Amino acid sequence: MKILVCMKQVPQKDAPLKLNESGRWIREDISYEVNEPDAYALEEALRQKEKHGGEVVVITAGPGRAQQVLREALAKGADRAIHLEGDEFVGLDPVNTAKAIQAAIKDDAFDLIFTGLQSDDYGFAQTGVILSELLNWPHATIIMQIEKKDGGIRVKRELESGDFQFVEMPLPAVLTIQSGINKLRYATLIGIKQAKNKPLQKKAFADVQSAIGPNLQQIQRLYIPQKTKKTELLEGTSTEVAKKLVEKLRNDVRVL
Amino acid sequence: MSETILAVLEQRQGKFNRVSFETITAAQAIAAESGWTLEACVVGSEIGSIANEVAAKKLSKVYALESAALATYTPDGYVFALKQFISGKKPRLVLMPHTYQVRDFIPQLTTALGTTVISDCVGYRKEGDQFLFTRQMFQGKFAADVAFSGPGPHFVTFQAGAFRGDKAEDGASADLVETVQVQIPEGKIRTHPEEPFKEARQAVDLTQAEIIVAVGRGIKEQKNIEIAKQLADALGGEIAASRPICDAGWLPMERQVGSSGQTVAPKVYIALGISGAIQHIVGMKGARAVVAINKDSEAPIFEIADFGVVGNLFDVVPPLVEEVKKAKAGA
Repeated sequence: MKILVCMKQVPQKDAPLKLNESGRWIREDISYEVNEPDAYALEEALRQKEKHGGEVVVITAGPGRAQQVLREALAKGADRAIHLEGDEFVGLDPVNTAKAIQAAIKDDAFDLIFTGLQSDDYGFAQTGVILSELLNWPHATIIMQIEKKDGGIRVKRELESGDFQFVEMPLPAVLTIQSGINKLRYATLIGIKQAKNKPLQKKAFADVQSAIGPNLQQIQRLYIPQKTKKTELLEGTSTEVAKKLVEKLRNDVRVL
Repeated sequence: MSETILAVLEQRQGKFNRVSFETITAAQAIAAESGWTLEACVVGSEIGSIANEVAAKKLSKVYALESAALATYTPDGYVFALKQFISGKKPRLVLMPHTYQVRDFIPQLTTALGTTVISDCVGYRKEGDQFLFTRQMFQGKFAADVAFSGPGPHFVTFQAGAFRGDKAEDGASADLVETVQVQIPEGKIRTHPEEPFKEARQAVDLTQAEIIVAVGRGIKEQKNIEIAKQLADALGGEIAASRPICDAGWLPMERQVGSSGQTVAPKVYIALGISGAIQHIVGMKGARAVVAINKDSEAPIFEIADFGVVGNLFDVVPPLVEEVKKAKAGA
């Protein structure tokens, strides 16, 4: 099977985020990491390739820094990478991001496309499903298991409140992958060495611009959310804080 | 002709998903501010009776999109039915709850219609004659006001709990339901779903727990779970966790709280090293009191905490266990 994995670089989980001058985005002088569900999507693609053979291609869109995500994926076992490189990709809405990806892979014939179920920055949870509609492929979201069948696949979807469901569909298809579908591997030293010789194709914004239209939605402003509750902060040494908390649990919350 | 808001409600096997009523509340509020007409729509098979149920709410009309092929949810079936209906009706705004089902099909629908959805919103505001929709960004650390910049119809999904479902106003329910028969062509539906099932019988019912001690990434290592267990034991509560902890296998999945786990409402929820990503918050914001211990003073969990400790949980929890034991012994 030939599998494309769409991956995104997002701010590190505990990176201190600050607004930039525009008030519409964050300052980018922070640390980044791979979007967590995307790491699971890559792992699943590598496992499917190990079972059924084929090729795993990874793609990302973003500035030069985002190449790190592709390097790590190549080191873990992906065969080649495509980097849609440019600051312009950061501000695209999900429709345009999907269109850029579609344009970048137009000469490839994939059996499956994986994305993480959503990103930790925008959290749209849309790009994969939009891509499936642009390609006119079936899709399923929040996937926890994938089996290859004659003429297609059978996947396990996560539903709400602990329910699951199996769904069958023909290939090619797009799947959005849930965190925890598998156990992530680490890159080996040999893998890191081999990655240096694997193909990494760069495409500029100009290469896909003709496929992209104006954004259909636009952030007007970004801000720290207003607190809905007033938090009483307890301060002091650990023992003092522990005593104060017990007071609260006894007198305010009344569980002691 | 007046502009229309269409609320698309979610049902399964003839029962409404409760968040559908939250969508009605949101839609009624926006209708009141804009003067636009509010209509609702339900998709499925043999859904006349629940269409009548929603007709009791204050709105102008309820459409039941009926087809035997819509008895079981598939994205292709729902997209076919809704695309056809919405293309004809041309509502200004289409509102839905941000459920797992809606997020499975709505990007397909909006793309097929050449429009977009502002997803997972927690509110809205009106500025001039434009509505902005507020959504959380960066796992809840920021909020963004987002505007539509393309042609309509404009789609919005609202996060569970963003509006109060019990505040949906009743109205005069006189003959508001119109059934629309949908003919879905052979081969249109490409995916074949099986019956939903539960993984294993849940041995732990966190929904009934009065005291919950929950751990997140801040617990760092599996062996540290023991510290949290000691606190839960001292308090006579249950241990729970955010998703990454269960994904790592440090606690069983049945102890997960959040959108993909259990939804809880204890007397107190003590969050240890939990940053407070949206997916976790939706599972525990019904707690009567929230205590958060986290080293990051800007962690979103403090947005909803009643009592907060900014500090290292490994410093705070052990003396807390001792103090709780003392308090219990003295009581």
